[in-house]
Amino acid sequence: MIGGLFIYNHKGEVLISRVYRDDIGEAGLKAEQPIISRSVPKPVSCLKRNAVDAFRVNVIHARQQVRSPVTNIARTSFFHVKRSNIWLAAVTKQNVNATMVFEFLYKMCDVMSAYFGKISEENVKNNFVLIYELLDEILDFGYPQNSETGALKTFITQQGIKSQVPTKEEQSQITSQVTGQIGWRREGIKYRRNELFLDVLESVNLLMSPQGQVLSAHVSGRVVMKSYLSGMPECKFGMNDKIVIDKQGKGGGSEEAAKSGKQSIAIDDCTFHQCVRLSKFDSERSISFIPPDGDYELMRYRTTKDIILPFRVIPLVREVGRTKLEVKVVIKSNFKSSLLAQKIEVRIPTPLNTSGVQLICMKGKAKYKASENAIVWKIKRMAGMKESQISAEIELLPTNDKKKWARPPISMNFEVPFAPSGLKVRYLKVFEPKLNYSDHDVIKWVRYIGRSGIYETRC
Amino acid sequence: MCDFPFFSLVCTGEIFELKAELNSDKKEKKKEAVKKVIASMTVGKDVSALFPDVVNCMQTDNLELKKLVYLYLMNYAKSQPDMAIMAVNTFVKDCEDPNPLIRALAVRTMGCIRVDKITEYLCEPLRKCLKDEDPYVRKTAAVCVAKLHDINAQLVEDQGFLDTLKDLISDSNPMVVANAVAALSEIAESHPNSNLLDLNPQTINKLLTALNECTEWGQIFILDCLANYTPRDDRESQSICERVTPRLSHANSAVVLSAVKVLMKFMEMLPKDLDYYGTLLKKLAPPLVTLLSAEPELQYVALRNINLIVQRRPEILKHEMKVFFVKYNDPIYVKLEKLDIMIRLASQANIAQVLAELKEYATEVDVDFVRKAVRAIGRCAIKVEQSAERCVSTLLDLIQTKVNYVVQEAIVVIKDIFRKYPNKYESVIATLCENLDSLDEPEARAAMIWIVGEYAERIDNADELLESFLEGFHDESTQVQLQLLTAIVKLFLKKPTETQELVQQVLSLATQDSDNPDLRDRGYIYWRLLSTDPVAAKEVVLAEKPLISEETDLIEPTLLEELICHIGTLASVYHKPPSAFVEGSRGVQHKRLPGSAGSADSPDTGSAAGVSEAPPAVIPSQGDLLGDLLNLDLTPPTTSGPPPAPSSGMQMGAMDLLGGGLDSLVGLLHLGGDLGGSPAMGAGFGAPPTAMPASFPPPVSGGLDDLFDLGGSVGMPMGAYSPPKSIWLPAMKAKGLEISGTFARRAGVIQMEMTLTNKAMSIMTDFAIQFNRNSFGLAPAGPLQVLTPVGPNQSIEVALPLSTVGPVMKMEPLTNLQVAVKNNIDVFYFSSQYPISMLFVEDGKMERQVFLATWKDIPNDNEAQFQIKDCHLNSDAASSKLQGSNVFTIAKRTVEGQDMLYQSMKLTNGIWVLAELRVQAGNPNYTVSTVS
Repeated sequence: MIGGLFIYNHKGEVLISRVYRDDIGEAGLKAEQPIISRSVPKPVSCLKRNAVDAFRVNVIHARQQVRSPVTNIARTSFFHVKRSNIWLAAVTKQNVNATMVFEFLYKMCDVMSAYFGKISEENVKNNFVLIYELLDEILDFGYPQNSETGALKTFITQQGIKSQVPTKEEQSQITSQVTGQIGWRREGIKYRRNELFLDVLESVNLLMSPQGQVLSAHVSGRVVMKSYLSGMPECKFGMNDKIVIDKQGKGGGSEEAAKSGKQSIAIDDCTFHQCVRLSKFDSERSISFIPPDGDYELMRYRTTKDIILPFRVIPLVREVGRTKLEVKVVIKSNFKSSLLAQKIEVRIPTPLNTSGVQLICMKGKAKYKASENAIVWKIKRMAGMKESQISAEIELLPTNDKKKWARPPISMNFEVPFAPSGLKVRYLKVFEPKLNYSDHDVIKWVRYIGRSGIYETRC
Repeated sequence: MCDFPFFSLVCTGEIFELKAELNSDKKEKKKEAVKKVIASMTVGKDVSALFPDVVNCMQTDNLELKKLVYLYLMNYAKSQPDMAIMAVNTFVKDCEDPNPLIRALAVRTMGCIRVDKITEYLCEPLRKCLKDEDPYVRKTAAVCVAKLHDINAQLVEDQGFLDTLKDLISDSNPMVVANAVAALSEIAESHPNSNLLDLNPQTINKLLTALNECTEWGQIFILDCLANYTPRDDRESQSICERVTPRLSHANSAVVLSAVKVLMKFMEMLPKDLDYYGTLLKKLAPPLVTLLSAEPELQYVALRNINLIVQRRPEILKHEMKVFFVKYNDPIYVKLEKLDIMIRLASQANIAQVLAELKEYATEVDVDFVRKAVRAIGRCAIKVEQSAERCVSTLLDLIQTKVNYVVQEAIVVIKDIFRKYPNKYESVIATLCENLDSLDEPEARAAMIWIVGEYAERIDNADELLESFLEGFHDESTQVQLQLLTAIVKLFLKKPTETQELVQQVLSLATQDSDNPDLRDRGYIYWRLLSTDPVAAKEVVLAEKPLISEETDLIEPTLLEELICHIGTLASVYHKPPSAFVEGSRGVQHKRLPGSAGSADSPDTGSAAGVSEAPPAVIPSQGDLLGDLLNLDLTPPTTSGPPPAPSSGMQMGAMDLLGGGLDSLVGLLHLGGDLGGSPAMGAGFGAPPTAMPASFPPPVSGGLDDLFDLGGSVGMPMGAYSPPKSIWLPAMKAKGLEISGTFARRAGVIQMEMTLTNKAMSIMTDFAIQFNRNSFGLAPAGPLQVLTPVGPNQSIEVALPLSTVGPVMKMEPLTNLQVAVKNNIDVFYFSSQYPISMLFVEDGKMERQVFLATWKDIPNDNEAQFQIKDCHLNSDAASSKLQGSNVFTIAKRTVEGQDMLYQSMKLTNGIWVLAELRVQAGNPNYTVSTVS
């Protein structure tokens, strides 16, 4: 299992180090020798900090780009993830479950952000006591333990906020929650107003050939919820999943089923938050759960069939002699004209030897950014079923570089107020038998947002 | 702290200040002081001097302060063991605290203090905590057992903690179960042979129940543990699969991959024609694809695993090619892995798309990636024949770009394409030759030279081209030099008239001016060939080359099987077995996929091979058994269709049975023992010696089998019988060392003849051998004579003379021999059975009178009868054949058309065996009786 966990800043200095197992050769950050001569400072070299140093030298200070997130140095394996300038590294000497280690590192980042916001050097330094406390709790002898922020916050509190001694009942309640079946929610939550926010967030990914042929397209979506519900409510979530609707259609055979059948979508695969009863989904394909309190991601899904591609990009690149390029890009919006897309940005890459660019666009603003080697064209809003175009003349410096320009794809960013996969929420029912509120009393908000993922057209 | 390395010691003044604060009365001040201490500790300053002061702060009811002090203790206790004892009292007291959080904290921290003296005090509190009423404490205590085991394994066993831990598997709380499973799995890993994690259907059921309820991490522990279980039959396997499949929709990729591992493993046992098998295959694809939308690091791990899965079961993802298309912004490590999988999935159906993509990639920025893409195009050509033409033209397009490394890479792959499709695409040679000058990498130069040499007759100026390389001959790398030498010799053989001078030149360069032995050797060989017999030279040098195979970089099947059992772990990321990167014994035992259900018509065989602990069948009497064996022998089982799985020892046995003749009986009996590790075999075939009637004197029992061998050794030359070599120690079990061997009696000396084959990547040296005590006191008469190190893929033959003066212990079966072989890597154990005939001594000829007397003395119940069928020898031939193996014919009598041979033999330990052989036309009947 995980032998140790280190957090480094961008210079490779250790901010946090927690060692779980001796085998990783870290007599590490502690000075080994007893105090023989306190006045003479020890040279650093005599401190045994093998693992810590090895990672710094071989990965953080490595000249090359990182070639793998797993590094093996002297039979010790290092897993790392990077968040802004901060490196998180897990170290082990055993044949650990690698997927688990990475999942844990991400989880660790989530937990830390939930406690003190952005993971930055300053925040880590200011909260080092808290981080040690967390590391002690969520990783025992290298085995990940309960890492749900909701549960952790009940007994790992920021310094000083909650120092009165909890009563005995409270204590045992905490422990039973941390270890219990519903480790993500505590009992006795009360709200005056029971409210639910449901966001369907989709990112649509596309790779298109210059001729307009879809090479690959998929939507990866997330259902993100914010629940402010009292007690231990049982929720049931339904959407226009093709399998469910077909099943119902067979049973009822009503015209409604036929109608909705048209709008149902085929979901390639989905994954759920641990609160969802997977065995029930597997047998009945119904999504039922007791929600965590506050923010969480209920499910992720992926679809590849019948995707609405909100924009189409039509590139036209012409080389005029050796020193000039003519580029024309047309974008077409492909959705109901009553809807508005926002934050549209088209990025047209330019060759490295570009000396000047002349731009003409009918809508929005376009700029050539030499530092990014790209023309960035921004449009604030655009309605559906419209078309817009930009043309550019790119002047090139003559080079003797044999290698041709690689022509990176034209990429696009946007946000649309619908789900490109066609997913619709059919219902979200709340049952709380013990408290006196019913499904109707809960205020529910549903919102659909479609964003561009990697939306590229080759040119 | 790296900026100021010399401040790693806090100056004395600061220490003094901290000391004062730590001893202050105010709680807040104390806490601040401890925090400062921890901060200094984190940045690498030495604050161990404050140990007593910090420990004094331990007795507090403030949980936060306590945690800080514990943190300090974990860091410094090891360097100050004596002072650490001071803390023990508080720990013990905290373990009794009414607050479960404190109890758990105390037992957790105590386990982290790796000081021997403290562990003694840990036992009592740990015992209590393991039975604590609070699940939080129990789950912490479960992990603590693993910690303690790491420090002092003996103590944990003596104190009976392992049993308590086993009980926790039945705990009512799922998280306790999960942690207990994790702890037990880890402990079991360091005791490969212990039956610690006694997985049986009941415990499996408990684990599957807990699986639905525990945290994501707990689910991973349980799934990883489940993967080590071998179900009894396909039905059990299916029911486990059914209960594991819902995990494929978990948000945590580690849960998903661990579930995939369980399914991939258990699927091996499901018959392929089962509906469920197909359903399962279909269910596996979507979750694997979903893993590719995770964070890049997870994508990388997933892709490495998918690479394995695709090699094992290509059908799962064959329709999912598109998801592996590279995105422009993917990190380079993801791009390279995707490319690998694209090639594996390439088929006639999708080749057009793949090629278009690959061409696109070949214009990207990253050099490694571009090279790999070019190489991939070549591999597509070799893999999908229909696409070869298109691939070649794509490669030509790329060569036209004149980007140096693209051109070189393209030439290297085109060479392979020429090898695969000879005489098909030679029209491109002209284009290749144009780029001759730009090649600066040895591999590309060598490839180009090979092409020129191979097609010398079609290239008009081949001699000029090769000559141009010759100028800088000494500056070339060996690879190029060797290739150039061969190419010029080829050229000479094809156009002998114009190139005499050239070949002289290269031969003298290679033989006289070079100090590379390989080059010199090759030079001399060619020289002599050419000067003695040019025709022979032509036959050798221009011989037809074997075609190259489609998939060149497949992982070796046994390794692949092992890696499939390690899906999700580091081993699957490195594509290496755990023993390659884990030190010590931990996790080194090899895992294997369970035996496949095999053919539909022999389901029993398959499942018997899968379950290794099948109890040996009770066999009523020997004669019947032998009859059975022979029946098997004569009426081959109908399992001719499906090829036997390599892991199934049973089917190998069956194959041998088909091999024919009585000879195979020997092989069979030996296989039974030699396969050693597979008791299933022993149960089926190796059983005769063990199932002897109790009244029968032991020495004969083994002998009986072998007598038949002798009788039946039809095609054998005269002389002592020695069974063919069989594999005693498979390479899988011995880190690449494979030992096969046999026993023989040569000139009165018993010899163990072995072939040691090194199938690992490193050189093996320092061989030694030892025997366990055995029935006849066999022992090596000298050391194992392996003088030279055995290189990778090299074999060595050794004959080890044996003496019979070693310590004696009765073995089951009687002729079983347990052997230990040591080399520079490790010690390996195996067992083998020797033919008893090798123990028959030369002076085994009894006096006629003595024979008659003893024959009469033998009580009838010491007599056993056997039939040998299908032995077409007349009595004389049989007796002379047997004499070669020191079975002597004392008398011969003819009664009622039957020949009766009376024979005697003597074992090395002085036991006499007497036998009567009755030969009737084609159906000899044996009667054997013994004296001891």
